[in-house]
Amino acid sequence: MRAPAALLALEDGTVLRGSGFGAEGEAFGEAVFNTGMAGYQEILTDPSYAGQIVTMTAPQQGNYGMHEDDAESDRIQVAGFAVREAARRPSSRRAAGTLGDALLEGGVVAIEGIDTRRLTRRIRDAGAMRAAISTVDPDPASLVARVRGARPMSGADLARTVSTAAAYDASSMVGPADRSRGHALRVAVYDFGVKRNILRMAAAAGLETSVVPAETPATDVLAGGFQGVLLSNGPGDPAATRYGVDAAAALLGSLPVFGICLGHQLLALALGGRTYKMPFGHRGVNQPVRDARTGAVRITSHNHGFAVDPDGWERRGETARTPFGAVELTHRNLNDDTLEGLRCRDVPAFSVQYHPEAAPGPHDAGDLFTAFRDLIEGRAA
Amino acid sequence: MPRRTDLSSILVIGSGPIVIGQACEFDYSGTQACRVLRREGYRVALVNSNPATIMTDPEFADRTYVEPLTPDSILAVLERERPSALLPTIGGQTGLNVSVALAESGDLDRLGVELIGANLETIHRAEDRSGFKEAMAKAGLDVPRAGTAHTLDEALGLGERLGYPVIVRPSFTLGGGGSGFADTRPELAALARRSLAASPVSEILVEESIAGWKEFELEVMRDHDDNAVVVCSIENVDPMGVHTGDSVTVAPQQTLTDRAYQAMRDDALACLRAIGVETGGSNVQFAVDPDTGRRVLIEMNPRVSRSSALASKATGFPIAKIAALLAVGYRLDEIRNDITRATPASFEPTLDYVVVKVPRFAFEKFPEADPTLTSTMKSVGEVMAIGRTFKEAFGKAWRGLERSGADLGAHDTSVSDEEVLASLHAGSEARFRLIERALAAGHDVDTVAAASGVDPWFVDQIEQVRALASGLTSLGELDEATLRAAKRGGLSDGRIARETGASEIQVRERREELGVVPVFKSVDTCGGEFPAQTPYHYSTYEEESEVLPSSRPRVVILGAGPNRIGQGIEFDYACVHAAFGLEEAGFEAVMVNSNPETVSTDYDTSSRLYFEPLTAEDVLAVCDAERPVGVIAQFGGQTPLELARTLEVAGYRILGTSPDAIDLAEDRGRFAALLGELVIPAPPHGEARTIAEARVVARRIGYPVVVRPSFVLGGRAMEIVYDDEELETFVRSAAEASREHPVLIDRFLEGAIEVDVDAVCDGADVFIGAVMEHIEEAGVHSGDSSCQIPPATLADEELDRIEEITRRLARRIGVVGLLNLQLAVKDEKIWVLEANPRASRTVPFVSKVIGVSLARVATLVLGGRTLADLADEGVLPTDATHYRRLPYTAVKAAVLPFGRFPGVDTVLGPEMRSTGEVMGIDRDPGAALAKAMVAAGHALPTAGTVFVSVANRDKRAIVFPAKRLADLGFGLLATTGTAGVLRRAGVPVEPVSKVSESTDEGPDDVVELIRAGRVDLVINTPFGRGPRTDGYHIRTAAAAAGVPCITTLPGAYAAVRGIEALRAGATTPLSIQEHHAEARSGPIQESLRFERDRASTRGGVA
Ligand SMILES: Nc1ncnc2c1ncn2[C@@H]1O[C@H](COP(=O)(O)OP(=O)(O)O)[C@@H](O)[C@H]1O
Ligand SMILES: Nc1ncnc2c1ncn2[C@@H]1O[C@H](COP(=O)(O)OP(=O)(O)O)[C@@H](O)[C@H]1O
Ligand SMILES: [Mg+2]
Ligand SMILES: [Mg+2]
Repeated sequence: MRAPAALLALEDGTVLRGSGFGAEGEAFGEAVFNTGMAGYQEILTDPSYAGQIVTMTAPQQGNYGMHEDDAESDRIQVAGFAVREAARRPSSRRAAGTLGDALLEGGVVAIEGIDTRRLTRRIRDAGAMRAAISTVDPDPASLVARVRGARPMSGADLARTVSTAAAYDASSMVGPADRSRGHALRVAVYDFGVKRNILRMAAAAGLETSVVPAETPATDVLAGGFQGVLLSNGPGDPAATRYGVDAAAALLGSLPVFGICLGHQLLALALGGRTYKMPFGHRGVNQPVRDARTGAVRITSHNHGFAVDPDGWERRGETARTPFGAVELTHRNLNDDTLEGLRCRDVPAFSVQYHPEAAPGPHDAGDLFTAFRDLIEGRAA
Repeated sequence: MPRRTDLSSILVIGSGPIVIGQACEFDYSGTQACRVLRREGYRVALVNSNPATIMTDPEFADRTYVEPLTPDSILAVLERERPSALLPTIGGQTGLNVSVALAESGDLDRLGVELIGANLETIHRAEDRSGFKEAMAKAGLDVPRAGTAHTLDEALGLGERLGYPVIVRPSFTLGGGGSGFADTRPELAALARRSLAASPVSEILVEESIAGWKEFELEVMRDHDDNAVVVCSIENVDPMGVHTGDSVTVAPQQTLTDRAYQAMRDDALACLRAIGVETGGSNVQFAVDPDTGRRVLIEMNPRVSRSSALASKATGFPIAKIAALLAVGYRLDEIRNDITRATPASFEPTLDYVVVKVPRFAFEKFPEADPTLTSTMKSVGEVMAIGRTFKEAFGKAWRGLERSGADLGAHDTSVSDEEVLASLHAGSEARFRLIERALAAGHDVDTVAAASGVDPWFVDQIEQVRALASGLTSLGELDEATLRAAKRGGLSDGRIARETGASEIQVRERREELGVVPVFKSVDTCGGEFPAQTPYHYSTYEEESEVLPSSRPRVVILGAGPNRIGQGIEFDYACVHAAFGLEEAGFEAVMVNSNPETVSTDYDTSSRLYFEPLTAEDVLAVCDAERPVGVIAQFGGQTPLELARTLEVAGYRILGTSPDAIDLAEDRGRFAALLGELVIPAPPHGEARTIAEARVVARRIGYPVVVRPSFVLGGRAMEIVYDDEELETFVRSAAEASREHPVLIDRFLEGAIEVDVDAVCDGADVFIGAVMEHIEEAGVHSGDSSCQIPPATLADEELDRIEEITRRLARRIGVVGLLNLQLAVKDEKIWVLEANPRASRTVPFVSKVIGVSLARVATLVLGGRTLADLADEGVLPTDATHYRRLPYTAVKAAVLPFGRFPGVDTVLGPEMRSTGEVMGIDRDPGAALAKAMVAAGHALPTAGTVFVSVANRDKRAIVFPAKRLADLGFGLLATTGTAGVLRRAGVPVEPVSKVSESTDEGPDDVVELIRAGRVDLVINTPFGRGPRTDGYHIRTAAAAAGVPCITTLPGAYAAVRGIEALRAGATTPLSIQEHHAEARSGPIQESLRFERDRASTRGGVA
């Protein structure tokens, strides 16, 4: 069967021609690139990519097929997928299926055969843009026009659209919490688009997690007899995710809080800080982040288009003055000095912009989950 | 913490001569290290015996010692230099091993020299295979079941315990030297014997064989604060069982899930920590069971390795340079990424392209050798190619090998369709061609994958290429889409031409007409996330090109491509100097090369780097993108010369010697005519197509004759023939080799002194770099023979005539740039053997000896300068005879790979087989000779037993050196004939029987004695001609037992002088900077002469 012709159009008028693989039709979203070389399955199923058309800078994708336990959620989350070449024959004898079939089943439109490096450089120079992939509209002009009419990412509240409808106990999904460090601690996980590996690693650190919907009022959590709260990663503009900010503000000081990615941004806003949209964000698994306290550099996994403004507070050195007391700016990205981590001095809370749960990416920061456990148990880490 | 201030001077150890398993990559790493350490303000002293390296150029270190890499000679340097530290990790296994020896002897402590980069314990834990296993077990890392043995019995015991098949690997060796597989107890016995001998500590690892698993390598860097990064992952396309150096490899890894890859990354970092590598780069090798996913560690090298060179070129991350900075105290986050100039080195490069490496073999030169690929490395070079997809890179890599016959899709008649599946099991040079054959024969991807052990994803890529190729009909019918698809699939113009029955030029024209031309993208370490500041490019069939315009005029330098026997590092040396020279002359140097081991492919050697195959198609594409004012084709050896014509036709200007002038020198017919016209003597010459013709020609010329098929180079298939019978056999085989091509027949100048000349001509004047006198007689390929400056025995008047011939030829041929001349001196006559209007193998040697870089001078000449100017500016010595009376003597000796190829006859002949060379330099000529021999691996004995057995024509001449050896107290053994002559001359000698004479009960024959270690030196010149059975047995036995074996008479004289010098005791080593200073000012001293010796050898010939 001959693959259908497909177009990828950017709002600046750039159009790339390739062929469709995956579902036929049209997809609109924000065009972003990820520089990780493997891990396409984790990326496709990461809810933080909701509303985005993801291109991989590594040209060959789908090489090892799809695998049961590499999914970060129950479905493919990206709006669309763009690659240089998709494997038609996966390597692994243990693969469950091909990338193309998975996209087809997921109803996700994808394009291959395009100059993804050209696309990436365009995004790098002009910033993340609205875009569309279409296998049905052969007319570049009309596609570009419709892209320009699409909704921008700034101001988009997407967390609620990917969050769980009802609370559930994570052990059903990732098994019981590890008891080797003593009895398990009960933690509520605000699901703004949580990745499964966060729940897995929490369990491994002896945290028994209940996943609650994004808009769950803080009062419910406070009443739920939890010993800590984890604010998950997720898509969209943090500033537009009011309910998350309010919940974080309400919980601060009452329960130990750990924020990851969007969770980190929501915590910062709750602390009276500011977030901003980055030109094209950080998406990849090779970002060097230094811990200001130890000087240690870790290679970390990233996926964010918004960031916390270090100057959002009045601060002395790397310590900010907030309504909740002193907050340390603990981590910086060595590539562009982006703020990557916060730790409250006067209330039990810390957060990181990157992904300690990796998946995909290096495990350098995996110990943050035990650090959270220590925080809950009153052992400052 | 920034750089250490408690260190002031650092000694860097290179890796010595190019050998299989250790090639130019260590010039690249050493050069980077020396450069950066000096930039950091350290005083750098360097020791390396290889003169063909960039790192041993005087400007790369404060003190450069071209000395043997033995503990003794390095100790002598340490005593003189008293450095604060020694960097052992950039000189390959050789550098590491001598450093270990010096540390263990306590000398480093005694002299207060610190090992930086890796300490003794670390090296031991990593290199000693059993120590490694323990460390891994402690760290909870999985390794194959194994045990170590120090004796044959221990080894056999392990064989029983582990169950066959097993693999045996010696400790502290390189390139899998001495390793192999055994399926049975007897096999293991034989293998273990060899392997125990191969290990400097006679320790071997006997391990369960996991041949057929997937093999991976990670290149890791770690700083003293425990920050660690993985620079690159490399996946072997050949499965376990084929040495990584012989495997087709791809970067980044293509077939592991992120989960599996990250687990491997965790193991690699754990391994580094367990071994204790605190500062620098290491290479960690893994195997993965494709069925279960089980992952085991194979080995780790706590140093810069062949793979780190590949990884550096593949990612743009300069591992050696950064390893050196880490060794002196920097942290990864304190070092800047040169390519982005915005981000730190503490990150993991990401690739938005695919890199493929393909090894280059040279089995045609070792017909007796076993060409199956095993755990012992056999390749002599490699090509790296970059493409946006595996298919594209794979195709580029194969055409980059420059082996028309071995190109992908080339029709291979070695096996039938029935046998093809079975032929895939064993690793071989032809494996990937055969995989395509098998697919073409209708076997499906899974069947082929199972049969070859190659991952189905890769097999499917090859299947896609095959489908693309078979879909090509006639050129005229090819539309833009089909042609573009073919190019995106990596099909070369050459292959498209084959498939469509068109010519390569027609294909190129069709492509250009349809606008199917490549664009150039950049290697930027970051997948485009940050702008690249360094123009490091590769071609690909995509939409957007990234080549930026430039202000200065550009000149393209064509590199030498993959190392091969006859074309190695010497040519990269010249290309690198061309780049430096061009910058000096105000041009932008644009380098094109495909060899990842080289200095020329470092992104900071030239202003622009194109990592491309050296084929017409790819080079033209670069020129079309760069629009250079000129192209330099005379520095990269034979490869670029063959492209010169094509480029000229395409309208590009070849700087220097014109393609027609090149042809005038290269075409033996035209050249012979030219010599006649200039009445310069040349060996009588003729051509023959049939045996009858050949006989007639031979009669006219007179035996012995040198015969060769006309189409080959590098002395390929050349032979010296003594009678009609041999002539017939040769013509038959040669005729097959080259259908229409005639056989060339030259009078063989027996017993002639061979001479090499390297010169530069600016069209009018000629600068003679030096005349080199060979030690071996003509008949031993110039690349394999030793030679020396100043000439040993040639009289000034002879040298004058040689220089005169050189001048006249240079002008008449129309040379502008470099010229290499090979001549023979016999019967007071000077004969011209051949002229090479290009950089030669000896250019770096000459440059190092006379202290003038010939390549740089030539480049300046190509840039329009005249030799007269350069002389005025003091770039050139004014004394025309500068090289004749140097206050020192330098000897170049060749290094041959016989150790790798058991059973190959070690006798030297007109076919070149050496992989590298060394230089010995000393005020005392004998010492220079000795150093060269020692550096070349001939551990000359200073006492013991010498076995002598020479051809009849040499019998008279051997008396003299034999007598000297006896006087020096050596015991002499000789075969009956030789023994008789010696005894009659009053030389005490004990006769021994040849193999052919030996009887079971009788006394040990010579081979048994050699095996038993009762012989310390063998002097054996081949007996006349014909099947040299006895000589063959003697020489191969010596090679196997590692006993130095001299196969020529002059070689014997040289050995005697060397032994005398060694006994006289070591002389103080001087750096070449000091030697050069002395040459400019110092006292002039008479150079080595042994007229008498030479006279007697001359007497030996009719
Ligand atoms: N247990 C084994 N079974 C099968 N092949 C092996 C095994 N161990 C090593 N090899 C093969 O031998 C090659 C050389 O082994 P290695 O330890 O890397 O030697 P070197 O030090 O020369 O690199 C490897 O590249 C691999 O292909
Ligand atoms: N007529 C000859 N008489 C003696 N030796 C010769 C003669 N021709 C070639 N040789 C020997 O063969 C070697 C290789 O021949 P050459 O023409 O240099 O081939 P290549 O092109 O490989 O350099 C020379 O270095 C020389 O030792
Ligand atoms: Mg190895
Ligand atoms: Mg020659």
